Amino acid sequence: MAKMHTPAMEKIERKNAKRKKPRQITPSYEAWKRFRRNPTALVGLIIVAVLILIAIFAPLIAPYNYQSQDYAAMMQKPSAAHLFGTDQFGRDIFSRCIYGARYSLLIAVFCTLAALFSGGLLGIIAGYFGGKVDTIIMRIMDIFQAIPMIMMAMCIVAVLGNGIPQLVAAIMFASMPTMARNNRAAILRVRGNDYIESSEAIGCSKFQLIMKHMIPNAAGIMVIFFVGFLAVSIMMMSSMSYIGVGLAAPTPEWGLILNDGKSYLTSAPYMMFFPALMIMITCFAFNLMGDGLRDAFDPKMN
Amino acid sequence: MSENLLEVKNLKKYFSTPHGMLHAVDNVTFNIEKGKTIGIVGESGCGKSTLGKTLMRLHEPTSGEVLYNGVDIASMPLKKFKKEYRSHIQMIFQDPYASLDPRMDVLQLIEEPIKVNDKKLSKKEVEDKAKEMMELVGLAKRLETAYPHELDGGRRQRIGIARALSLNPSFIVCDEPVSALDVSIQAQILNLLMDLQEQRGLTYMFITHDMSVVKHISDDIAVMYLGQMIEKCPADEIFRDTIHPYSQALLSAIPIPDVHAKHERMVLKGELTSPINPKPCCRFAKRCPYATDQCRQEEPKLREMRPNHLVACHYAEKFVK
Repeated sequence: MAKMHTPAMEKIERKNAKRKKPRQITPSYEAWKRFRRNPTALVGLIIVAVLILIAIFAPLIAPYNYQSQDYAAMMQKPSAAHLFGTDQFGRDIFSRCIYGARYSLLIAVFCTLAALFSGGLLGIIAGYFGGKVDTIIMRIMDIFQAIPMIMMAMCIVAVLGNGIPQLVAAIMFASMPTMARNNRAAILRVRGNDYIESSEAIGCSKFQLIMKHMIPNAAGIMVIFFVGFLAVSIMMMSSMSYIGVGLAAPTPEWGLILNDGKSYLTSAPYMMFFPALMIMITCFAFNLMGDGLRDAFDPKMN
Repeated sequence: MSENLLEVKNLKKYFSTPHGMLHAVDNVTFNIEKGKTIGIVGESGCGKSTLGKTLMRLHEPTSGEVLYNGVDIASMPLKKFKKEYRSHIQMIFQDPYASLDPRMDVLQLIEEPIKVNDKKLSKKEVEDKAKEMMELVGLAKRLETAYPHELDGGRRQRIGIARALSLNPSFIVCDEPVSALDVSIQAQILNLLMDLQEQRGLTYMFITHDMSVVKHISDDIAVMYLGQMIEKCPADEIFRDTIHPYSQALLSAIPIPDVHAKHERMVLKGELTSPINPKPCCRFAKRCPYATDQCRQEEPKLREMRPNHLVACHYAEKFVK
C-alpha cells in the first residue's frame, strides 16, 4: 500500500517538518481530529470549559458572598444589581449559582470517579475472568440495579447521614451497577481481539494483559461513560438536594437553590428558573460532549 | 535421520458446547525434526489453528503428550510452562491487522516480548535488541514510531515475526501467516521466513489452507480433516501421488495457471460430519465417493503405506499408484 497523499497528510507533513520530533499519528490524535471536526461536540466542550472556569474563578465573578443575607433586598426580581434576583433571605441568586458550579462539578467528578473505579474494577474482573466470577459479580449488580437509583442513594444517605462524603458514597453505590455493566461490555469487546492472544503468546501475565492492552484499548469507551455519567451524577445530586436528602443548607448547590425557591414558585418563578437552567445547561453540555466523544473514539459504531 | 524437536502423541482438544463435546483436535500424532518445516493443511474449521494454539498452551490440551526435546510440555503446570518454555515456542498469527495492539507503535510492539520475559535488561538494552530485530526482519528504522494502522500488511506481518523471534525461539507455529496478504507480499514474507529458518535453524509448523504456499515452504505435509490427521508424507510426494481421497480432492482444487489446461476437479458432495460427539467411523465417509459400510462403522487408523507416508483410509491400498 503506497502512502496516501491527501491535503490533510501534506499539512501534517508540513507541520512535522517544523517540529524537531515528528508528530506520531496516535489513535488518540486521530480521535481528537474527529472530535475537532464535530461542531456540536465542540459546543459541549466549550460550555464545559466555561463552567470549569466559572467554578475556579467563582470568587472573582460573583458580585456578592453566596451566604450573606441582605434584608433590605429580599425577593427581588432580576435586575442590574442582582442578575438572577434574590431569595427570601436577600441572598444574591446569581452569586449562589456561580458558587454552585464549584460544588456541583466537583462533587459530580468525585462521584463519577468513585463509580468508575469501583464499578470499573468489578466490570473488568467480571469481563476478563468470565465464568463463575462473572456470574457472581453481575448477579449482585443485578440485585443492586433492581432498586431505583435515587431510592438506593436515599437509603444510603439515610444510614450514613448528610454531607458531601456520604453523598459521594450514595451516588457511587447507586451508579456502580451501570458502570460495572458498561466496563464489562467494553472489556469483552477488547478481549476477543487477536492482539490479546498474541500478547499472551509472547508471555504477558494476566495483569499485564489487563493493564497494558485491555484498559488502554477500552479507555476510549470508558471516557465516554465517564462524561455521560457526569451529567447523571449532577442530576442525581440536584434531585437529592431538592428532596432534602443531599447537601445541607446553606451550601450553594444547584438542587438546594431549587429547593429554596420551591415555595415561591408562583410569586417568584425566577428563584427556580435560574438554578434549573444551570443544571440543564451543564447536563446538556456533558451529553453533547459525550456524544461527540463516542463518535470520535468509535467512528464505526454509527 | 536427525532428532525430533517435537513429538506430538495422541493430542486431543475437546471444547464443551451446549450440544456436546466438540472434537476440535482428535488423537493427532506426529513428529517434527529439528530445522524442518511441517505444513498442516485442511479446510476451514478442521482444527489446524486449534492444534497450533494447543501446542502453545493458549488452549489447554484435553489429553495427550507433546514432547519438546523429550520433555512433556503439555501436562506440566501452566506456570512452569510459561516460565521455562514460553520463549522456546512462539507463534506468528494469521491476521496482522488484528494481532497487533493498535495503541502501540512499532518499537513498543517489538520491545514488549523482550521486556516481559527479561526484566533485568535496562531500557537501553531492550531498545537495542528491538532495533536489531527490526533490522533482521527488514523493517526500516524510520518506521520505529509508526503505528500499525499506518503500515501495509507485509510490514505488519514483519512486526509479528520480529515479536516472535525476539525471544529466540527454536519452534514457531506459523498460523496462516500469509493468507491475509497480497500475493506479491506473500512471497516476500515466505522468503523471509525461509531465510530466517536457514540462519537460525528454526523449526516451523506451517498452518495453511493454500496448497501452493505449503509446497513452497514445507518438508513434510500433514492433511487434517475434522480434527484428525488423515495423511502425512514428504512434501513433494503429496503432489506426485497422494493416497487419501480427501487429499486428492484438496489437490484438485488448486487452479492451474494455463488457459488451455484441462482442469478436472474432484468436486465433493454431501455434508460435513458434525465434529460434536462424532461416532466411530471414517469422518470423511459422508463426502467420500468411495465410501462403503466399513467406512461408516469403523474408524480407520493411520497406516504407513510407503516409507514416511501415513494414510488413514480403509482402502488406502486401492489408491496407491
